[in-house]
Amino acid sequence: MQRYTLGILVNNHPGVLSRVVGLFSRRGYNIDSLSVGETETHTISRITIVVTGDRQIVEQIEKQVEKLHDVIKVVELTMQGSIQTELVLVKVHTTSKTRAAVVELSEIFKAKIMDVSETTLTMRITGTMDKVSSFLHLIRPYGITELVRTGMTAMERGSQSMVNHQ
Amino acid sequence: MKLSGAEIIIACLKEQKVDTVFGFPGGAVLHIYDSLYKHRHEINHILTSHEQGASHAADGYARVTGKVGVVFATSGPGATNLVTGLATAYMDSIPMVAITGNVPTSLLGKDSFQEVDISGITMPITKHNYIVKDVKDLAFIIREAFDIARSGRPGPVLIDVPKDITSDICEYKEEKINLDATFTNKYTSRDLEKTVKMIRDAKNPMAYLGGGVMLGKAQGEVKQFLDHFDIPAGVSLMAYGAIDSADPRFCGMIGMHGSRVSNIAVSNCDLLIVIGARFSDRVISKASEFAKNARILHIDVDPAEINKNIATHHHVIGNVKEILEALNTLQKEDITHTQWMKQIARWKVEHAMRIAGETKRPYEVLTALREVAPDDTVIVTEVGQHQMWAGQFYRHTPAGKFLTSGGLGTMGYGTGAAIGAQFGDLKRRVVNVAGDGSFKMNCNELATISRYRLPVIILIMNNHTLGMVRQWQTFFYDNRYAETTLDTEIDWIALAQAYGVKGMKLTEQDDPKTVLDEAFSYGTPVVIDCEIPIDNKVFPMVAPGSSIEDMIDEVEI
Repeated sequence: MQRYTLGILVNNHPGVLSRVVGLFSRRGYNIDSLSVGETETHTISRITIVVTGDRQIVEQIEKQVEKLHDVIKVVELTMQGSIQTELVLVKVHTTSKTRAAVVELSEIFKAKIMDVSETTLTMRITGTMDKVSSFLHLIRPYGITELVRTGMTAMERGSQSMVNHQ
Repeated sequence: MKLSGAEIIIACLKEQKVDTVFGFPGGAVLHIYDSLYKHRHEINHILTSHEQGASHAADGYARVTGKVGVVFATSGPGATNLVTGLATAYMDSIPMVAITGNVPTSLLGKDSFQEVDISGITMPITKHNYIVKDVKDLAFIIREAFDIARSGRPGPVLIDVPKDITSDICEYKEEKINLDATFTNKYTSRDLEKTVKMIRDAKNPMAYLGGGVMLGKAQGEVKQFLDHFDIPAGVSLMAYGAIDSADPRFCGMIGMHGSRVSNIAVSNCDLLIVIGARFSDRVISKASEFAKNARILHIDVDPAEINKNIATHHHVIGNVKEILEALNTLQKEDITHTQWMKQIARWKVEHAMRIAGETKRPYEVLTALREVAPDDTVIVTEVGQHQMWAGQFYRHTPAGKFLTSGGLGTMGYGTGAAIGAQFGDLKRRVVNVAGDGSFKMNCNELATISRYRLPVIILIMNNHTLGMVRQWQTFFYDNRYAETTLDTEIDWIALAQAYGVKGMKLTEQDDPKTVLDEAFSYGTPVVIDCEIPIDNKVFPMVAPGSSIEDMIDEVEI
């Protein structure tokens, strides 16, 4: 089992996300993370899906997704060949004693402090899944009050656009 | 020219050369039906008893004509009643367009009367679907829907049209439509050369034909291919009639209720050439044992079928007919596999279908049917034992048609499909080989058969039980017949007569040929109550989870 990232270009039609997600659930493919938004062309949206599976399953997913009428293109984005990043907001419980330590951790991970209250510190961190999970691992002992993640988004390195991807 | 949405729907159907639609009216489709009324001399609307019957009729019509079947239904329950018919068509890749009404756009999403999100409901069982939110998109959507339904691997498409869209006015301009199915062939000449080489190198090649051969109208090319390369063939349920069942190359169906010859040949071949088939679990049974000595060569129009259930060694993706034509030309001289064909012939003698005790009566009835029925007869089935017998015992040829719910296994499919089949070709005879359990599910469609005086023959193989389930209960549940015995006394002849349809009895003592001859001679609808013993069975059989080589036969039980 391995983790794969798929970039999916779709027509910006109502219901298109539910078509793609519905396909995953009815064929029993697990989604680890999903993000979606408009592209440089407003009639086209782009979905980034991270799935775990073996090679054969992922190939099958790609082919099944490609069959959907509103799907324009599916491209597998490799860790080496693409930039993969996620945005996470996390609210951590802090006291006057622990606040400095949490701030220090946030600096190491280049997490931005967005909000402070008497008992919490809210930070924004971006980066790869590995970076985000090691940061979360380190701050977890202080007590995470709330956590929200956008899901991984990814783009190929180099001058090419996914529209021209062969 | 300015037209209402309802008028545009009719105009777009005419662009597609649609002359027959099946359906059932209701509040949300009143405008559409009003337009239909005005155009009733150009488009023939067939009113069924229930929308499910209409959906199966559109499916049967499509299977017989090769055209896109069209069905109308109103919003809410009208639309949900199409679900089984759409799922049936989806599983068997049948081109269909369903047009449903919905509540006006201002009432959408408010749990209005007879409102249902049919586009959401049918998402997993349609090739694509639409909800029209602006009359300006309507013509484009209908044109695209027909194109999607018939192109590549065919399938059903649904268009949901809110009521206000059907009364809104918009500019319409007629378009000339290319009614041919379009395919994206994804193979190269190297792919074809490699294919020919694989066949040339094989000692014992075997073909496995599927519904794609029928959908691609490639029966002629298949026959040429098998003769040219000297190859025997097994079929899936969807491909009965792809070649003549009496052809020396024909081995029978592959799989759970397949023939011993086909299952042995698949297990012993060194190259399995899969043409327009999808390795259904009913065919392959235990995947790890399926064709375990063979390299797999897969020819199909749908790339997603490659390596889905069984890994292949080589594949050619595209229109099956064109690919076979190309292969037949590419290999100049005939190839021979004499030893292998001799082996097949020996197996066909050694492992011929055994007709004894528990299969005798269905065999007698269905062979008699074949003697009486003209070659081009459309055989429709329901689902269960009678369906398997109709596959095994009837001699299918490319001249005839065999309409059956293969993928979804829809009991109640037959009567609606027979109606559609008859409208698809008024010159052919249509016989629904049914079971008593299946027929009862949608026997309300006798009203439709009667209304249009369709000369459909319904042959109920009446064993007073849900026979296939009973067979499993006998083998795997220690004879505990939970809810499968249908001991309610139903007088099928009186039922038929109540609908104004002739009813006939075929007892176990009667000569089936005499009764069937009489039934055919009327040229009117006939229901035949054909008594068969309750414990008749379908043999041979592969127990679930076993290799297809491991077959149970009557004598072994």
